[in-house]
Amino acid sequence: MTDKSHDPNQMTGAAMIVRALIDHGVQHIFGYPGGAVLPIYDEIFQQSEVEHILVRHEQGAGHAAEGYARSTGKPGVALVTSGPGATNMVTPLTDALMDSIPLVCITGQVPTHLIGNDAFQECDTVGITRPCTKHNWLVRDVNDLAKVLHEAFYVATTGRPGPVLVDVPKDVQFATGTYHPPRKDDVHVSYTPRVKGDAAQIRKAVALLASARRPVIYSGGGVINSGPEASKLLRELVDVTGFPITSTLMGLGAYPATGKNWLGMLGMHGTYEANMAMHDCDVMLCVGARFDDRITGRVDAFSPGSKKIHIDIDPSSINKNIRVDIPIIGDAGNVLGDLLQVFKTEAKKPDIKTWWQEIATWRARNSLAYKKSNDIILPQYAIERLFAATRGHDTYITTEVGQHQMWAAQFFGFEEPHRWMTSGGLGTMGYGLPAALGVQVAHPDSLVIDIAGDASVQMTMQEMSTAVQFELPIKIFILNNQYMGMVRQWQQLLHGNRLSHSYSEALPDFVKLADAFGCVGLQAIKPGDLDGALKEMIKVRRPVLFDCRVAALENCFPMIPSGKAHNEMLLPVEATDEATAAAFAGGKALV
Amino acid sequence: MNQPASAYFLEERHDPNETHTLSVLVQNEPGVLARVIGLFSGRGYNIDSLTVSETESQKHLSRITIVTTGTPMVIEQIKHQLDRMIPVYRVVDMTITGRSIERELAMVKVRGHGDSRVEALRLADAFRARVIDATTESFVFEITGNSAKISQFIDLMRPLGLVEVSRTGVAAIGRGPEGM
Repeated sequence: MTDKSHDPNQMTGAAMIVRALIDHGVQHIFGYPGGAVLPIYDEIFQQSEVEHILVRHEQGAGHAAEGYARSTGKPGVALVTSGPGATNMVTPLTDALMDSIPLVCITGQVPTHLIGNDAFQECDTVGITRPCTKHNWLVRDVNDLAKVLHEAFYVATTGRPGPVLVDVPKDVQFATGTYHPPRKDDVHVSYTPRVKGDAAQIRKAVALLASARRPVIYSGGGVINSGPEASKLLRELVDVTGFPITSTLMGLGAYPATGKNWLGMLGMHGTYEANMAMHDCDVMLCVGARFDDRITGRVDAFSPGSKKIHIDIDPSSINKNIRVDIPIIGDAGNVLGDLLQVFKTEAKKPDIKTWWQEIATWRARNSLAYKKSNDIILPQYAIERLFAATRGHDTYITTEVGQHQMWAAQFFGFEEPHRWMTSGGLGTMGYGLPAALGVQVAHPDSLVIDIAGDASVQMTMQEMSTAVQFELPIKIFILNNQYMGMVRQWQQLLHGNRLSHSYSEALPDFVKLADAFGCVGLQAIKPGDLDGALKEMIKVRRPVLFDCRVAALENCFPMIPSGKAHNEMLLPVEATDEATAAAFAGGKALV
Repeated sequence: MNQPASAYFLEERHDPNETHTLSVLVQNEPGVLARVIGLFSGRGYNIDSLTVSETESQKHLSRITIVTTGTPMVIEQIKHQLDRMIPVYRVVDMTITGRSIERELAMVKVRGHGDSRVEALRLADAFRARVIDATTESFVFEITGNSAKISQFIDLMRPLGLVEVSRTGVAAIGRGPEGM
């Protein structure tokens, strides 16, 4: 037998985990200790290369890692214990799967010989998380651990990014084995994501684009995930073609909101011009988006007269909801690069002047209009003032889920990618506050604001304590209307105004709550208070809970009523009680 | 046109269903079958038949044969969803290639006396089913063929004292010299 005691690659499973994190360039992890991960926490204690951020609930660790990942393009890492630690991660894992966020979650597990015995804090972690991860592993042998950890990082960050989970029993953490640095054969040979688009398909797409008279570009989160280069190429494509561009909720910032070809967001609460352009276009170029049901409206009336090009890295996104004419499988940035090249050499800018004139008439409807007030703060106004106050700052925005999220998307202009962190696919209330923590950890000197609602923010409120402990000066800007606003809006529109359990009775006093957490509490009640309080919020280098009291019954418009098409939007000026009742007549009759 | 109150669009498409046989080559590792089955149940796809066994033990490869029913768009989805799983090497639609052979094996137990016993034996002979167990009052037949033939045989055995059936599910392979 050879003496392995001096081999630096001989180490315990727990040491391997920390070593692998370092080898993958991980600087921060988010986690919560517990019985089944104590050996790993012991290793973390004895080193200084990886900083651990202690959250207050495992869900917070997951969302913080998501915020970290979205704002940096690097994988977010979470470390939690077995049983409840793992089950509390289910929401962030699902969230990351829906929004394609690279997340590496390491869970402790009960010792191998106890698996299946209903041991204390045991659950079938790989079974529970199988449908909510891109892939997961249970490591039963310490000598497999290095390989699995390296593969986990590779799978999370390549192809269509997503969450992965590695479940490590406690005896494997204690056992000694051989570590190796990342190498090629760590990965399943069956995993070969396609990056480069098919040249013939790209040629066909260019020919179609060049022949367009009423084109529209519809971009999504895939452009953001592909990296900053993809956003640059998208902007160049818009310049070279002169086409109008809209984007999904997830894709905001890939094309600048001040760009002259920008139509605003599309979909259920998108702008009138974006949705009308989608409906009436003759050529649609979809880049890194997936024709989600919030985007399409009724599918059989979705953009009926158009030829559709769909660029996506995930073949299963093609023809899932909407049939497309020219699918191109590949990475958004890579395909955009090739497409631009071909367009520049083989095609020229089509004349679409009349199309732009048509768009101008839709734009003139001013679909984001709202009635201002001198007495009460309108939520839209609050976002506009917040946007104005943050100009000149290096700003990152996260949100919770609901009306405030839609208003943030409508009224906060994003100029750059990676600045907008929101739960789009899963729609997770409680996402924004911990996500803001993750963003602030990655960008300690930036201004990080969670645009929140009074209901959502209470779901993960305990993470304010994390912000205070780690001196993360996140700003929680709460649009407080004392309702679950989006639930209430649907109840008004669809359920005969019976506001079943959507009123937040007994709300906490957010200013006093801030005080109790040891952070700063601010409040604005009148429109006149707002700018001063916002200035104060931005100035103070501590975590802030900002209680912005807004009009209680304001609803989010424009809106595509359920079961309707893009060209049947309800605009704010037209959203009288009668018009709304008529638009939702099918619903009312059957409630 | 109008639908009941909902935040979702409720109308379903009503394209005609098709039945397809898929061959899926996977890494034989713990949980791989659970992943495949979980995909079908999680996304609401149908499994009409499922057959799994390791086919190349040195490379730890298993071949899964799935017979599924759905609209052309759903069948397309199933193939893509399977193909993007990490341990899946290849997905081949045997129905689209159109050059495949499908076989299933069944063991059929029949109990009876007198004429019905003789009749069962005669039919078994016609279907090229073999007797693999016999007592004075029962037979176990082994029958191989496509699923329709086996179902037909089982139907014929029903009035003759059918006790129980064990079927393997469909295995499929392409014709000609090429592998999948």
